[in-house]
Amino acid sequence: MNNMRKIERDVKMTDTKITARSVNVHYGDTHAIKDVDVNIADKTVTAFIGPSGCGKSTFLRCLNRMNDTIDICRVTGEIKIDDKDINHKSVDPVQLRAQVGMVFQKPNPFPKSIYDNIAYGPRIHGLSKSKSELDEIVERALRRGAIWDEVKDRLDQPGTGLSGGQQQRLCIARAVATEPEVLLMDEPCSALDPIATAQVEELIDELRQDYSVVIVTHSMQQAARVSQKTAFFHLGNLVEFNDTGEIFTNPSDPRTESYITGRIG
Amino acid sequence: MTSYHGMFSALLILVPVLTFILLWIALQGPVVDRITMAGLPEGVLDGLDSGGVQLVLAEIKSVSRGQIFGTPEDWKIAAAGRYVILHDRADWWLFAAVTILSLALLAFARSRVAADFRARQGVEGIVSGLMIFCSTVAIFTTIGIIASLSYETWRFFERVPVAEFLFGLNWEPQIPLREDQIAAKGAFGWLPVILGTIVITVVALVVAVPVGLFSAIYLNEFAPKRLRSIVKPVLEILAGVPTVVYGFFAILVVAPAIRSFGQSIGLDVAPNTALAAGGVMGIMLIPFISSFADDALSAVPQAMRDGALGLGSTRGEMMTTVLFPAALPGIVGGVLLAVSRAIGETMIVVMAAGLIAKMTINPLDSVTTVTVQIVTLLIGDTSFDNPKTLAAFALGMMLFLVTLMINILALRIVRKYREAYD
Amino acid sequence: MTDITNAPAVPRKATSTELVAASLKRRRRKQIRLQWIGLGAISIAFLMLFILVASLVSTGWQAFTQTHVTLEVYVDPEEVPEDRLPRGGFRDVLGASMGQMLPDVDMSARETARAVEGILSNGAQFELRDRVVADPSLIGQTFTMTVPVSDPYDQLNKGLIERETEEVNRRVKDNEIAWFDTLADSGAISKPFNWGLFTNADSRFPELAGLKGALVGSFWALLTCFLISFPLAIGAAIYLEEFAPKNKLSDFIEVNINNLAAVPSVVFGLLALAVFIGWFGMPRSAPFVGGLTLALMTMPTIIIATRAALKAVPPSIREAALGLGASKQQVVFQHVLPLAMPGILTGTIIGLAQALGETAPLLLIGMNAFITSAASSPFDSSTALPTQIFIWADSPERGFVSRTSAAILVLLGFLVTMNAIAIYFRQKFERKW
Repeated sequence: MNNMRKIERDVKMTDTKITARSVNVHYGDTHAIKDVDVNIADKTVTAFIGPSGCGKSTFLRCLNRMNDTIDICRVTGEIKIDDKDINHKSVDPVQLRAQVGMVFQKPNPFPKSIYDNIAYGPRIHGLSKSKSELDEIVERALRRGAIWDEVKDRLDQPGTGLSGGQQQRLCIARAVATEPEVLLMDEPCSALDPIATAQVEELIDELRQDYSVVIVTHSMQQAARVSQKTAFFHLGNLVEFNDTGEIFTNPSDPRTESYITGRIG
Repeated sequence: MTSYHGMFSALLILVPVLTFILLWIALQGPVVDRITMAGLPEGVLDGLDSGGVQLVLAEIKSVSRGQIFGTPEDWKIAAAGRYVILHDRADWWLFAAVTILSLALLAFARSRVAADFRARQGVEGIVSGLMIFCSTVAIFTTIGIIASLSYETWRFFERVPVAEFLFGLNWEPQIPLREDQIAAKGAFGWLPVILGTIVITVVALVVAVPVGLFSAIYLNEFAPKRLRSIVKPVLEILAGVPTVVYGFFAILVVAPAIRSFGQSIGLDVAPNTALAAGGVMGIMLIPFISSFADDALSAVPQAMRDGALGLGSTRGEMMTTVLFPAALPGIVGGVLLAVSRAIGETMIVVMAAGLIAKMTINPLDSVTTVTVQIVTLLIGDTSFDNPKTLAAFALGMMLFLVTLMINILALRIVRKYREAYD
Repeated sequence: MTDITNAPAVPRKATSTELVAASLKRRRRKQIRLQWIGLGAISIAFLMLFILVASLVSTGWQAFTQTHVTLEVYVDPEEVPEDRLPRGGFRDVLGASMGQMLPDVDMSARETARAVEGILSNGAQFELRDRVVADPSLIGQTFTMTVPVSDPYDQLNKGLIERETEEVNRRVKDNEIAWFDTLADSGAISKPFNWGLFTNADSRFPELAGLKGALVGSFWALLTCFLISFPLAIGAAIYLEEFAPKNKLSDFIEVNINNLAAVPSVVFGLLALAVFIGWFGMPRSAPFVGGLTLALMTMPTIIIATRAALKAVPPSIREAALGLGASKQQVVFQHVLPLAMPGILTGTIIGLAQALGETAPLLLIGMNAFITSAASSPFDSSTALPTQIFIWADSPERGFVSRTSAAILVLLGFLVTMNAIAIYFRQKFERKW
């Protein structure tokens, strides 16, 4: 199953996975995202950086329609994944979110066992037909989350009992267990210590093999370490979007330069 | 800061004087009553039980107010005269005592209040003392409950063996009117009474738990804001209806409805079936459970909701597979508190449940409860010296202990659960 | 599981996207089912409240009117000699004037005369007596008087006794209906607002029974409850919230307050019976004792509300006043307490509303006695509104059914008013810090 999809993907490897055109987001009266256009490539890590409140998380949440869950939030514009408009009324957000996984700022394992945490997505989506198949999915996901060796002997213990870094890798494993195509990460390391951060960053780099990863981070070093592409947001505008190396060494917009040199915070 | 000197003196005088007056007023009546009764001629009270003595006292009092029915005996008229004099004299004594006490305190206050006296500290000391007193009232209330229940229960167990009360299968709390009466002893086994309580509680929970939980689930996740803003106050109204109203509702509407429905399908339903009392009690508990469950669901962190939705669960799946299990400890705590309410609920069952204790778990039958027995044993009976009234206190003791244990357990679960998400 | 996997032509596994798509319909249905169950549960709660209110209103509204009959009364000096007042044959006087209004009825038969007199309420003769005693010059004169009819005729007039019922099963017989219709045709029957419901005390006769005694009793009890619980609760709350050191005693007090809030009300009744009445010898059935008991029950509510209100006052206000050199007590009493007052009052009113509906403890201290006059002090025997409801609900006469519902409507009216005041307070003084 995976091989097959890999073949499909290899063909499209340089393709654009997500295209956004003139996306606007309003929170009540606040204009949070202003006319953002961006193309996000497949099998790449794309980082969104910018000062807090610049709208980078809000934009990220547009990509799997998590903003739908907020009553006062209104999204306009066009977002396409694989040329399919995700805001079209024929698209079920439930299906979209199975296709676009998300990892949150604070590790949020469910108060269930480690096994049940990973099996949650496959179970609700009906991805396995037997217990052994589910076991396989769980093991594969935990391995891909680079946490298998640490938890394989205590799969029946609560996920909330793990350390912060382990919890976050568990959440990543939980997200990949549903076989998504895109992985969104909203400041996944902000609640972690440096060692755990390093482990998660390493994992992100590996995940690039299979997924299009979009990561929001407030740490420019992190963006520089893990991403190939970087987008700089400021006051709801997408100021600059380019190769990561280019942005950090040779920013074209003065605002980007001010930010990466520490003058806007 | 001179106002503090004045305030200090005022407090120093007012607090003791007011306490004194209150105590006096509370005690004057009983003391005068006792002196009056003690002054009656020898022998007139012979052969009267405590209720009869009360009647004589009531008659003397009404004579003293000038309400004379029939022709009271001379000694009653004399006693009434003494009663009036005693009260007049007591008023004078109160006046004199208050005056002397005030003057003494005033002198004391003056001696303390000099220019260099720190009146503010004095005032704040007194105020602190008053506040500490206020907060100990709760302790005294608890002590009062435990002391009075234990004392009367102990007296009950002097007359009826503990084992009979705890393990007896018969509850027939009659007392003999004559010595030779058949069924003279009465039976005081509380098992059928507690069984009836359990039957009614179970019926109430069967109604309240599903309705309350599903209402909470809907309100918490699916209800449009406007609907929620209507439903919540309506549920609060349901919670604020006095239980005597529910009791009347049970006998006016629910019991006849259940009975005629039962007859229409060929069931034999007692007029005061446990279904009516329990069902109405369930209605009473709906808002209680739904608000507890709503709070517990709201206490589950937003991160759990995000996590579930982010993995592509529908909102229904999020509710049933993540939020509800996560909120379960809090919900269980709430249900336990509801159980304790159901066991202690009085008016609905007094009005709608039966009086006869039966060893049955058939909800169509009529059963009685602990609270029903407490009320029926005590209504209209004044004396504290027969097993019948004392039995009510023994039941009250059990009721207090059972509900206390459930409450402590429930509060502990709820608190643990809150801590888990803080 | 899906068409794709089952298709024999292409033996390959379905992709996760396809599997998810296949599961969607079933999952949506499940969610919709859950929503419908929830909506159903709420509808049940609403329906119950509706049935409750509807049954109370439909049985109770009739009690707010009372059938009266207007009579020409001739106070015959032979029946009522002035020197024997307040005694006299007032009943016969009324019987005579009824006889005049029903000229076809042979009043010489003793039983018929009794039956005709029975149209009037038993209270009519006392009303006449009181008027004559107040003004003896009425003796020998004729004047008009409007008096309540007795309960069966009141029910007949309100349609609660149906004329179609067989005579044997009807409390008002055919000839009695004929009399009543004669009176009605002559315009003597009226159905004004039932002021007696509020101005009369309790009575064995439904048409005379009113709530005055209960209202007065509840007033005294609530006043006592307020005067005792309000200062005690505020004192306790301030101490616990602002001054109490974190130690075993404070914890113990806290646990006590929380547990008291959950103790069954009937246990408070036992406490009052054993301690206040049994040991201290306070009078039975007295609103003062009732108020005292209710105060103990209400205190935890007010304490909890007061503490919440005190907590809501931002620390900046405390710090500012402390910084200006005020003592801790000055800060609390002069700055924090006034700001917390609206919250405290809201909690107090809600606590008092609960106390107003509380029944069980009042039953145990004997406030369910049958008392035909309103209490003039909190130490007199009295009923209270909820215990009066209990008494009437227990009374066998049919007329008391609608009285009970009416009394409940009055009680609910008070509760709604009190809660409305509390909500008004909360909204008017709600501060955004």
